[in-house]
Amino acid sequence: MPDLFDIFFYIIIHGLFNTLLLTALGLLGGFLLGIILAIMRVYGAKELIWLSSGYEKLLRGIPILILIFIFAFGMPDLFWYLDLLDRPIASVILALALRSGAYQSQIFRGAILSVNPGQMEAARALGMSKVQAFRSIIMPQALRLAVPSWTNEYAVVIKDSSFAYAVGIVEMTKAAYDLGVGFTNLWALSIGAVAILYFLFTYPVARLFGERQTKKLKKLGMGGG
Amino acid sequence: MWKSYDDLNVLKGVSFELAQRDVKVIFGPSGSGKSTLLRCINMLEPPDKGEVYLSGQNLMESKANINALRAKIGMVFQHFNLFSHLKAIDNVSIGLRRVKKLPKEEARERALEALQRVRLAEWADHYPAELSGGQQQRVGIARALVMEPDVILFDEPTSALDPELIGEVLQVMLDLAKAGTTMVVVTHELGFARAVSSEMLYLDGGVIVERGTPEHFFTAPKSERVRRFLNQISILYGGHEKLLELSKKEKNE
Repeated sequence: MPDLFDIFFYIIIHGLFNTLLLTALGLLGGFLLGIILAIMRVYGAKELIWLSSGYEKLLRGIPILILIFIFAFGMPDLFWYLDLLDRPIASVILALALRSGAYQSQIFRGAILSVNPGQMEAARALGMSKVQAFRSIIMPQALRLAVPSWTNEYAVVIKDSSFAYAVGIVEMTKAAYDLGVGFTNLWALSIGAVAILYFLFTYPVARLFGERQTKKLKKLGMGGG
Repeated sequence: MWKSYDDLNVLKGVSFELAQRDVKVIFGPSGSGKSTLLRCINMLEPPDKGEVYLSGQNLMESKANINALRAKIGMVFQHFNLFSHLKAIDNVSIGLRRVKKLPKEEARERALEALQRVRLAEWADHYPAELSGGQQQRVGIARALVMEPDVILFDEPTSALDPELIGEVLQVMLDLAKAGTTMVVVTHELGFARAVSSEMLYLDGGVIVERGTPEHFFTAPKSERVRRFLNQISILYGGHEKLLELSKKEKNE
């Protein structure tokens, strides 16, 4: 009779890699997309603002599972250059990235706007172009300001990665699910174990990075317009 | 130059010249357009109409390299506007590195020299949040100085400071003026104006109402508005007798 430790081991061995892969690539894609959208929203002309906020509204209204289905089943040839077996993972990463991008755009937009406008003035008064000022002065501060919200987004993405089980990818949730289906008396234990695993991956990060950064920001007196 | 925001006419045809080593003080009531004037000069907010010439070059027609020209005009802000994520030394050196493309070591050396000039060398590795208001403003001055601009604009540099910190900043500004720095200073610190300015300009309602040497203003100002303004200000600056007079008047009434 396998004990809790065996169950943890099974889930980790079979599922952790894909969970982390999906989370990392989903977050990365969302980061790049989010920054571009935020810049469009803060500095762009009317059309860019319209595009960017339209995208956000759209992506925030569609459940992640539906997004995954759209790319995995609705558009099976989307990743035509990939091996058939790799396409589901690509679909999930795309869905996660597109969704996360919409939320990260909000985070970065808020962070950029929180940086005191006098900073931009001072940078330009020195002779920096708007682009230089943004890269050297605004962005570094905005990124620091974004960390607490960002750790929250990380928690959301890692939990959303569990939806990948619906398209056959073996990450932590699917591993726990398979265990339960194979050995029905282990259901409670496996679901409990995977829940604990997700918690272990989210709570300490939020505490460690999120709260520590908030304290650091207060010390530097940054942000707060 | 002329400048309006929506329907509000802030500057209605303001004009003056500046020679090297001049220290011109612009003063007047709030809302008169003083800050706007400075921002028009360095084209942070270009005027709607008019010209701005820096050493013969018309800034209004230099959109292409306005940034390079703006680097020749330094600015010190009322609220310091230091880069909070950078230490003092980096605040001062970043202009040299990004705008003048100096190598890191040389930029750091020059930044240290500038900090020495404002007497803050020991605080080089501190962040702005760890500095007092007076120290932050001095870093701001060092940041402008290190770029070796043709002129430095000061936008009410001491207005946001606690009274006991104003002195150290004014002292630095005095040193700069005596060393021959070309300065345009918007301020209420008429003591400073009296000590070093070559000309004072009274700005009210978007026009220069009166201009002249400090002696002119403090002995025989022409306009009634100027006299009234100076009167109000003198209460602030050691017009001790004035205050007593006023309070006696109230008691009698």
